Amino acid sequence: MSEALLEVKSLKKYFPVKQGLLGRTVGHVKAVDDISITLQPGETFGLVGESGSGKSTVGRTVLRLTDKTDGEVKFKGVDIHSLSAADMRLIRPQMQLIFQDPYSALNPRVRVGDAIGEALLDHGLCTRGEVRELVLEAMVACGLSSYHIDRFPHEFSGGQRQRIGIARALILNPELIIADEPVSALDVSIQAQIINLFSKLQQSKGLAYLFISHDLSVVEHLCSRIGVMYLGSMVETASRDELFQHPLHPYTKALLSAVPVPVPRLKRERIVLKGDIPSPANPPSGCKFHTRCPFAVEVCKAEIPLFRDAGAGHFVACHLV
Amino acid sequence: MAADSRVSEITAPRVNLRKSSLFRQSLRRLLHNKLAVAGFAVVLFMFVLCFIGPFFSPYTDNKINMAMMNKAPNLQHWLGTDALGRDILTRVMQAGRISLTVGLASMVLSVFLGALLGAVAGYYGGLLDQIIMRIADLLMTIPSLPLLFIFGALLSEWKIKADYRMYIVMLMLSMVNWPGLARMVRGQMLSLREREFMQAAVVLGLRDRRKLFGHLLPNIVPLLIVMATLNIGGAILSESVLSFFGLGVMPPTPTWGNMIDAANNILDFQERPWLWIPPGLSIFATVIAINIFGDGLRDVLDPKQKR
Repeated sequence: MSEALLEVKSLKKYFPVKQGLLGRTVGHVKAVDDISITLQPGETFGLVGESGSGKSTVGRTVLRLTDKTDGEVKFKGVDIHSLSAADMRLIRPQMQLIFQDPYSALNPRVRVGDAIGEALLDHGLCTRGEVRELVLEAMVACGLSSYHIDRFPHEFSGGQRQRIGIARALILNPELIIADEPVSALDVSIQAQIINLFSKLQQSKGLAYLFISHDLSVVEHLCSRIGVMYLGSMVETASRDELFQHPLHPYTKALLSAVPVPVPRLKRERIVLKGDIPSPANPPSGCKFHTRCPFAVEVCKAEIPLFRDAGAGHFVACHLV
Repeated sequence: MAADSRVSEITAPRVNLRKSSLFRQSLRRLLHNKLAVAGFAVVLFMFVLCFIGPFFSPYTDNKINMAMMNKAPNLQHWLGTDALGRDILTRVMQAGRISLTVGLASMVLSVFLGALLGAVAGYYGGLLDQIIMRIADLLMTIPSLPLLFIFGALLSEWKIKADYRMYIVMLMLSMVNWPGLARMVRGQMLSLREREFMQAAVVLGLRDRRKLFGHLLPNIVPLLIVMATLNIGGAILSESVLSFFGLGVMPPTPTWGNMIDAANNILDFQERPWLWIPPGLSIFATVIAINIFGDGLRDVLDPKQKR
């Protein structure tokens, strides 16, 4: 097997909880607790989980937008959290981020063309004369029109802005794109367009995606491997077909049973989880999911389940499997 | 917007090619605001009157004419004369030059200082931020008027030449004005720094210089323009107050403030309103007009508001 593009090993990100006048640290919110992901070049890994499960924090920590607490993030074999600020800046064009909210991710006072092209200039990847041509090329590749180049972000719809964000990331020719819920702020018809754009770009450029989403149907459409997160931990990882056909973890089963199916007569068993996701500042003992698991037994409260191989690259963390 | 935005050809756009310009949009909206336009017209009128008017006056501001003391407005002296027989209209115009210049210059200086120090404090944070903001806090804890009085009194004590006092008054006014501006700019910086588009700038690996001048400053410029405009009004008012108390620009150099001061007795007040109404009205009209214009600018330059 060739060298992995991205290798995340036991990544942990704890946010300190401070209290009182002196700001003493009274505890930690374990936003990301021991996550490992391996991504091959050109592969798409989907990261799913409900709100607050730490998906976005994984993305941000992988990109070093926040510092890690522990673990390792290797991009092409380089531990990016140990790079100096200057070296980090130089490696950044190779790993780009698509934001969830296309409205706030664009500076309202910067023309679209400048926003897309400025990073090229700052990294010296092209000359001042070439930049406009390259920007137009990227814009057209992302389904924008050339006359949009001199407009400001507020003159665009949400879907168009997301295309601008994609063009901005793409023009740097990255090898890895981390997409942090890139379609959840868009309405459904636009979602489809953007997702198709993602898969089209992947085919033409051989991009690897770390696709973060809470929408299983989107992930099913786009990803080859899927990881399910719950409360900062990975509960199940498998290839797409394996995960959708033979989910092993009760949480995954519950998630899958909630995905709407366009067949009205089909009777399915719907697993409804009770209660809310527990606070990551004070996670349950043992298996983090035992408070909401319909199958929980005594051992779940006491022991943390190991994340083990259930055969054929299907990993799961559950005592009952 | 066309329904399908997948135009495959790079050339031959179908929609108008005109660059959209935030400036032009803002200007158009500003022109819709009648009050702001009126305010701007008054300010413009005062500038034209004060800087061009004196050339058409047959009198000079300090020409003493004992034969024409304290005359009510008449055909030769449209706004009358003062206790030394000097033409009030000419003096009001000449005073306006000083007052407006002081207002403008002190605004430029305090906006420059405030924006620079506030931006540095907000962007870099840490010790630099602490030092700058504590100095600003210190200056802001002392009420500005007493502070200006103390400075003014010191200047009088040190017998500073009357010609230089005007420049020192500008400096004084900027010194008391920059902390408020710096604090505002710093606050903006702090909030902008956390915005998602700045995160995007980090991910894109942009240089600090581009982040600061390409992304942060353009978002602060509208605020600066508004603050600067409103600041002129405040500076004119402060200068007038100082001059009224004899601590600003010294007679015989006329300013609106010391012209009112010259009529500072009950007899002049009751019997010779032409001594104090013209300069008073000038201050009033100019400051109100500037503030109205500034408010209009603020409405227009709010980037979230669109039409």
